[in-house]
Amino acid sequence: MSLVIIIFGSVILVSIGGVFAMLYRGIDRKLVAHMQGRVGPPIVQPFRDVQKLLMKESIIPDGAVSWLFRAAPFVCLITSALLLLYIPLFGQKALLGEFGDALLIVYLLILPSLAYAAGGFASSSPYATVGAQREMVVLMSYEFPLAVAIVSLGWRIGHATTANPFMFSTIAEYPIWSLVGPLGIVGSLILVFTLLVVTSGKGAKVPFDVAEAETEIAGGTLVEYSGRNLCLFYLADIIKAFAMSSLVVALFIPYNLSPLVGIGTPVLAGIVDGLFFLVKVFAVMFISISVIRTAMARFKISQVSWVYIMAMTFISIVGLILIVVDLIV
Amino acid sequence: MMLEETKKATYTIPVGPIHPALKEPIRLALTVDGEEIVDVDIFVGHVHRGIEWLGMNRNNPIQSIYVSERICGICNICHPFAFVMAVEHATGITPPPRAEYIRTIIAEMERIHSHLLWAGVAAHEIGFDTIFYLTWRVREEIMDLIEYVTGNRVTKAMFQIGGVRRDITEEQFPRIRQSLDYYKSLFDQLKRVFLDDKTIQMRTKNVGILKKEDALKLLTVGPSGRASGVPKDVRQNQPYAAYADLDIKVTTPDILTGTVVGDVYDRIIVRLLEVKQAIEIIEQCLEKMPPGPILAQPKTALLLKTLTKAEGEGIGRAEAPRGEVVHYVRLEAGQSTLATWKVRAPTYVNLMSAPTILKGMQIADVPIAFASLDPCLSCTNRIVVTDRATGQKSVTDYEELHRLSVEKTRKLQR
Repeated sequence: MSLVIIIFGSVILVSIGGVFAMLYRGIDRKLVAHMQGRVGPPIVQPFRDVQKLLMKESIIPDGAVSWLFRAAPFVCLITSALLLLYIPLFGQKALLGEFGDALLIVYLLILPSLAYAAGGFASSSPYATVGAQREMVVLMSYEFPLAVAIVSLGWRIGHATTANPFMFSTIAEYPIWSLVGPLGIVGSLILVFTLLVVTSGKGAKVPFDVAEAETEIAGGTLVEYSGRNLCLFYLADIIKAFAMSSLVVALFIPYNLSPLVGIGTPVLAGIVDGLFFLVKVFAVMFISISVIRTAMARFKISQVSWVYIMAMTFISIVGLILIVVDLIV
Repeated sequence: MMLEETKKATYTIPVGPIHPALKEPIRLALTVDGEEIVDVDIFVGHVHRGIEWLGMNRNNPIQSIYVSERICGICNICHPFAFVMAVEHATGITPPPRAEYIRTIIAEMERIHSHLLWAGVAAHEIGFDTIFYLTWRVREEIMDLIEYVTGNRVTKAMFQIGGVRRDITEEQFPRIRQSLDYYKSLFDQLKRVFLDDKTIQMRTKNVGILKKEDALKLLTVGPSGRASGVPKDVRQNQPYAAYADLDIKVTTPDILTGTVVGDVYDRIIVRLLEVKQAIEIIEQCLEKMPPGPILAQPKTALLLKTLTKAEGEGIGRAEAPRGEVVHYVRLEAGQSTLATWKVRAPTYVNLMSAPTILKGMQIADVPIAFASLDPCLSCTNRIVVTDRATGQKSVTDYEELHRLSVEKTRKLQR
């Protein structure tokens, strides 16, 4: 693939992905507002937020490590945007799909969180320091259930084909649901549930928003950020949530609508698949982010760790065992 | 092998004077070790307004009723209530029985609105914004009722020395009963939401424990003290207004759970039960309300004349939604203002238990544990505390200020 295609493709993909991610954030806020009995902001509010933040002054605190404080938002946004290049979006193949697989995504997902923590530690504010510590703890907590979910999926698909089972093209070719029996389907559903809970944590939303926890540590890692720097974190957060939901879709719902309804024209099929993709991502986001954050109180950091390290890990391993048993039986 | 003694690094997190968890300014200096709180220091004095000074230097006692209403936006019934009782105590004016019943009804309406407001804030503190919005939506009904009865949502201006300023007539009873029925029908749902929700239990059970011994030692009053099992309630212990005629029992959490833990969860239970109790009290008042005048002296000019001539001191105690509020006044003959006015709001004593509650908790527990005392800081601030750059805290008194001014002048003269 030529460098030109990669550069232009990335720019276009990130822009389109970003626009839809922001739109989805707007929809999420509106839906949550309605569930809470409020009117809520207009759906285009995230665009206005970005516009306003870009106009605002970026203040760097006196005690901050200036270069790290400035670099962290860029690193966070770039690594979040990078996710969009490796995850298949809109029913199409991922732009850099042949260079990376689902395991790469697991590692890439760590980077934005690290940037958050680095920015927090660099702010020299006690709130940000506490926030950064919490961010690291949360990161370490949800890594294991996430890894279990993705590896179990790859392991099962690896038994059906000799191709790299973690490649998204392979996953799309051999959807888990058509490989396994009833037990395996239950196991896979459990893995989907695990991933949905992890998505909520990755998106740093209630009940897992301990790193930002407005009423406790006043915004945590982001407390000292303002203006353009805050805008970058804001965008990164939005894109990360969209990418994470797309990952769940790519792993567990890799179906396209066009072959089913029999649309032959490539352009028309692309549009139909793109829209279907948006519906799937919406469903994932609605369950994992909107509903969970409406229905729960914020956990304490010890409770977040317990939920992920003990409860979710246990649940995901049960899912794995069910899939293994299904294969043996 | 010798192990060197290592000292764990602790650092200080300032919560306030401005902080999202606080609705009013106060500063909690938390010394934390990781996420655990090892020490707490409290600094007040950010909203000092000199209200007592106004009552002693500028306003006549009737004007002071309205100032006392503005001590706090939420307790704007219990402060004038205690104030007029203090003045009545000092002057010997007796309010007519009907006025006593109206005062009781208004005070209980305030309790319902205040406890619901608190419940919403508490939910927000633990990040449960859905409950926050829904609770405050439910609270609108009592606000509408208060507006219907008194003509105002917030500062109700109902109190007068020797009675009340507005009557509650028979025609208004159905509307009041309708609101009470609304809350009675909602009560089970509120109880289910606040007491059975898993995440609320996770955040409130065994958090911010105040043992009964500590509560007694620190003189904790109101629902915070009752949640620790201290059966203290002015309405029962020293009945005032119409409370003596009514059937009132102290609310402690063991009514519902059988045990007293003294944690945030117990404070939720007490406040929820008190909402129910308030509804019952209003219903009893509506039934028993005697006919008659609502003011001992309807002519304000005459009343003012009596007050100017009056001499003596009096104390008024009322059970505010947050606990016992005490007003002390002294009147001197020929003086149009109060000679002395001293307010002791419940938060003033309840703040003392905050360090005990917070020590050993996690940072995440601070907002909910502190909010569970339902601190009302505007009520509390009546002294100026200066925090020096040297880290020393001292109350700057007249002599000290005088000495500093002399020093400064000498320095300038040189």
